[in-house]
Amino acid sequence: MSKASAYGSVLALGAALGALPLATESNVLLNFLIFLLIVAVAATGWNLLGGYGGQFSFGHAAFFGTGAYGMAILQERAGLNAWAALPIAIALGAAVGRVIGVLAFRARLRGSYFALVTLAFAEVLRILANVLPMTGGAAGILIRLRIDPWHFQFADRRVFYWVALGFLVGALLLVRAMERCRFGAWLVAVRENEDAACALGVDTVAVKVAAITLSAAITAAAGCLYAQKFLYLDAAIAYGPWISVEALLAPVIGGAGTVFGPVLGALVLLGLGELTKAWIGTLTGGAVPGVDLVLFGVLLILCVAFAPRGILGLLSRLRFGLRWARS
Amino acid sequence: MQSPEILLAALLNGVMTGAIYALIAVGLTLVYGVLHIINFAHGAILTAAMFAVYVLHAAWGVDPYLALLPLTVCFFVLGYAVQRLIIGPASHGDDGNILLITLGLAIIIENALLAVFRSDTRSIDVAYAFSVVEVGGLFLSLPRVLAVAVVLAVVVLLWLFLARSRTGAAIRAVAKEKMGAELCGIDVARIYAVTFGLGAACLAVAASLLMPTYLVNPRVGNAFVLVAFTIVVLGGMGSIPGALLGGLVIGVVESFSGLFMGESLGQIGIFLIFILVLLVRPTGLFGAKA
Amino acid sequence: MTPSARLGRRTLLASAAAAAASPLAAPHVRGQVAPVKIGILQPVTGALAQDGEHGRLGAEIAIEEINAAGGIKSLGGARLAMVFGDARSNPEGGVAEVERMQAEGVVAIVGGFASPIALAASQAAARYDIPYVVDVGVSDQIVQRGLRNTFRFGPGFGTVTKAALDNLVAINEAAGRPARTVVIVHEDGLFGSGLARLLNAQLPERGFQVLEKISHPTPSRDMSNVALRIRALNPDVLIPSSYYSEFVLLARTMQQQRIRPKATYAVLNGAASNFRFVREFPEAANLIMDCNHWADPRKPKTAEVRAKAEATGRFRLYNIPLNYSCVRLVADAIERAGSTDRTRIIEALAASTFEDHIMPYGPTRFVNGQNQGAAPVNTQVQDRDIKVIFPREFANANPIFPAV
Repeated sequence: MSKASAYGSVLALGAALGALPLATESNVLLNFLIFLLIVAVAATGWNLLGGYGGQFSFGHAAFFGTGAYGMAILQERAGLNAWAALPIAIALGAAVGRVIGVLAFRARLRGSYFALVTLAFAEVLRILANVLPMTGGAAGILIRLRIDPWHFQFADRRVFYWVALGFLVGALLLVRAMERCRFGAWLVAVRENEDAACALGVDTVAVKVAAITLSAAITAAAGCLYAQKFLYLDAAIAYGPWISVEALLAPVIGGAGTVFGPVLGALVLLGLGELTKAWIGTLTGGAVPGVDLVLFGVLLILCVAFAPRGILGLLSRLRFGLRWARS
Repeated sequence: MQSPEILLAALLNGVMTGAIYALIAVGLTLVYGVLHIINFAHGAILTAAMFAVYVLHAAWGVDPYLALLPLTVCFFVLGYAVQRLIIGPASHGDDGNILLITLGLAIIIENALLAVFRSDTRSIDVAYAFSVVEVGGLFLSLPRVLAVAVVLAVVVLLWLFLARSRTGAAIRAVAKEKMGAELCGIDVARIYAVTFGLGAACLAVAASLLMPTYLVNPRVGNAFVLVAFTIVVLGGMGSIPGALLGGLVIGVVESFSGLFMGESLGQIGIFLIFILVLLVRPTGLFGAKA
Repeated sequence: MTPSARLGRRTLLASAAAAAASPLAAPHVRGQVAPVKIGILQPVTGALAQDGEHGRLGAEIAIEEINAAGGIKSLGGARLAMVFGDARSNPEGGVAEVERMQAEGVVAIVGGFASPIALAASQAAARYDIPYVVDVGVSDQIVQRGLRNTFRFGPGFGTVTKAALDNLVAINEAAGRPARTVVIVHEDGLFGSGLARLLNAQLPERGFQVLEKISHPTPSRDMSNVALRIRALNPDVLIPSSYYSEFVLLARTMQQQRIRPKATYAVLNGAASNFRFVREFPEAANLIMDCNHWADPRKPKTAEVRAKAEATGRFRLYNIPLNYSCVRLVADAIERAGSTDRTRIIEALAASTFEDHIMPYGPTRFVNGQNQGAAPVNTQVQDRDIKVIFPREFANANPIFPAV
C-alpha cells in the first residue's frame, strides 16, 4: 500500500464521518455516534496491543478509568482547565499501562495469564476508586456543568462529535504509522512467534511494554471523552468490566490487527444493540425486559459463526475470492 | 485483635464458602485445561442451574438435594449439546471466537432468565435451611456443612474418573497434546463436548448445594465467576486438586481479609494474591511447569 | 398507535362529523386531540431491573388512571401516552433514552431510579429544557447543580438521615434508653456509603456510640463474616443499608446464628420494606424497622394503587407509589400549564402545590428543585405485615422495642 493510500483511507473515513452531522438533524443518531466514537477510540487502543501485538487484555478499563478520573479530578480537585487536564490524564493512563506492562511482561505472562492479570489490576483500581476520597469514593465525582468550549463542553452536540472524531482519526493515524514502521513489524513478529522474534534479536519485552503504553494512552483518551460527555463518574462506570469487554469485542468482531477493525466492530456491536432494542421495543412495547439482549446475543454468535476472522476478514476473503474467480 | 473463637468461626466460614467456590472452579478449570478457553458463560450456566433448582422446588416441591442427581445429568447433557452444536461449529477452533461465543451465550442465558422470571430475587424455603450443627459454641449451618462433604465427594469422584476411566484418559490425552490424541484415534470433538458437559454438571451440583441457603436472580452467577477465575489461576489452570485447594484457600483468605479489612476492601486481598501468584509463579500452586 | 391508523380514523371522523354534527360525536372529537407524551425512564434490564420494573408499574397505573378520568382537561381531554425507555442500569443507557424521548417529543420525563442514571439523564434533558422529575435517586448532588428542569419529589440523603435519627432517638427515649451502641452495615456503593457516612457523623451527637461501620460489596456472595462481626461486637442496634439480596442473606444468617440485637433499624433498606421478604422469611423479617419511602396509609388511593399493583402479581415496593405520585404530579403541572410547552410546564412544576399524590408529604413545594415536604416513614415488620410506626400522626402500630 502506498503511503498516500495508507493515510488517505484514514482521512477519507474521517471526512465521511465528519460530514454525517451535516446530513442529519437527529440528536438520537448524533448521541449514538458520539458514544460509538468513544468506544471506537477505546477499542483502537485495545487493538494496538491485542490485535497487532497478540496480547489479549481483559482489563483496558484500568486505562479508560484512569483517563476519565484523571480528567475529572484534575478539573474538580486541582482546578485545572479541561484542555490542560487532557494531556495529563492521557499520560496518567499511559503510566498505568506502563506499570502493568513492566510487571506482567517481565514476569513473562502470556495468553490467558496476561488477560487475567490485566483483569485483576482493573478490579483493584475499581475497588480503590470506590473507597478513596480523591475519587469521591462511592458517591462518584461530578464535573461541573459549564457549557463553554474553554471547558471542553459544547452547546452544540456536533462540535463534541467532531472533537471525538478528531480523537479517533488521530488514534487511527497513529496505528497506521505504527503499522508502517519498524516497531510495528516487531510487534507483529511478537504476535506471530515470540520466541523466533526473540531469537532474531528483538527485545520483545521492550516492544510489548511500549505497545501497552501506547495502547493505554489511546484508551485513556477515550476515558477523557467519556468524562466530558457524561460529566459524572463512579467506580463501576470508570473501572467497570463493561468497557474492558466493549474495547475487546469491537476489534475482535470487526477484525483484530486491522486499522479499521475496531471502528467497524464498534459500529456493528453498538448498532446491533440499538437495532434489537428498537425493534423489540416496537414489537412488544418493552413489556418483557431482556428479549432484545437475547436477540443481540444470538446475532453476536451468528456473526462469529459466519465471519470468524472478523468482518474485515470476511470482506478480504470475499475480495480474494472474487479476484481468484476473475483470473 | 479478634478473639480466638471469632477467628475459628471465620476459618470455618471460609472453608464452607470456599468449598462451593472450589466446585465452581473445578468446572472452569476442567474446561480450561482441555479446551484452553476461558468460559465466560460459566456464571450464566450456574444461574440457570440455580433457577432450575428453584423451579423444581417452587412448582413441584422437589427438595434441592433430591434434584441434585437428575439436574447433574441434565446439565451434563446440556453442556455436551452446547459445545457440540453451538460453540464447536461456530468457533472454527479460534480462541478469540470462542471467547465471543461464550460471552454471547452468557448474554442470552442471563436475559432469557430475566425475560421469563423477571428480576426479582427469589429463594426457597426448606425446613432444614436454618438447622445448625453446634460445635464448641459455634453454630455451623447444616446445609453448608453438608455442602463441604458433597463437594469433597464430587471432586474425588471426578478425579477418579479422570485417572481411571477410558474417557478420563482420553480427556487427559487431549488436554496434554491435542494433535497427538487426534492421531491416536481419539474423537477430539466428542472429548471437548464431554468436558464441557462435566463443567456444566459441576455447576448443577453447586446450584443444588447453594440454593437451600442462598438466593437466585438472573445475575447471581456473575458474583461467582471472577472469584472462580482467581481460584483457577491459583490452583494452576487445568488442575483439579489445585482448584479444590485454591477454592478453600481463597475462601479462607476472603473470610479473614473481610474480617480485618472489611468486606469491601477485603476483596482487594483476593486480587492482590491473584496478581502476586501470577507474577511470581504463574503456573499456580499445582500447575505443571509451562 | 401507528401514524397511518391515526390518519385513517381522523379522515373517517371528519366525514362523520360533516355528515351529522350531533352531540354524540363530542367524545370522539376529544379523542382527536393529540396525546401528550410523557417519558418514563427506568432500568428494566441489568443490575437494577427489579426496582425499574416496579417503577414502571407505578407510572403505568397513574397514566391509566389519569386517562380513565378524562385525560388532561385543560388540553381538551388529551390522553397521556407513555414513551418508555430502558436505561439498562447505566448512565449512558439513560442518556440515550432521553435523546430518543426528545426525538419522540415528550413533554416531560419521570424516573431514573439510581442516582448515577438520574444525574446523567436529567442533565441530558436539561439541554432541551425537558422537565425531569426524579423518582428515587437519593444523592443530594442531583438537586445541587442548579438545573432548572430537574425536580425531586422524594427526600434525599440528608433528609432521610435526619428523620431516621430523630425517630430512632424518639423510640429509644420512649423505651427508657435501652440502646447505646450501634453497628452500621452498608453496601459500598453511592447509596450505602453516603448514608453510612452521614449516620456515622451524626449518631455520636445523638448519644449513640458507633462500634463499627462494616461495608460490603454488591453483589456479596456471603454475609457470614458480617454476621460474625456483629456477634462479636454485640451492638444494641444494628443499622443496615443494603440492597435486597445482601440484606436477605444477612438477616437469614443472623437468624441462623441466633444473633438478636435489641433492634434492627434499617435505613433505605432494599428488603425491610419489601413484602416478598416478609412473606418468604417471616421469622427473619420479624420486628425489623425501616426508615424508607412509603405510601401514606391514610389516603384511600394508597390501597387502590396497592390493589392494582398486586393484581399484576408484583410485590409492592416503594418504587410503585413514588412513580405513581411523580406521574400525577407532572400531569397536574401540565394541567395547570394548559400547554405542552416545556418551559411553562417547568414553571408550573416549580410553583406546584400538588396534594393528590399518595406519599405522606403534604402539598409539594419545590425549592431549587427539591420538594421541601418530602420525608421518609418508619415502618416495622409486625405480624407478617409492614406497619407504619412513625410519624405518629398516621402510624397504624406502636413500635415494638426492644425486640428482645
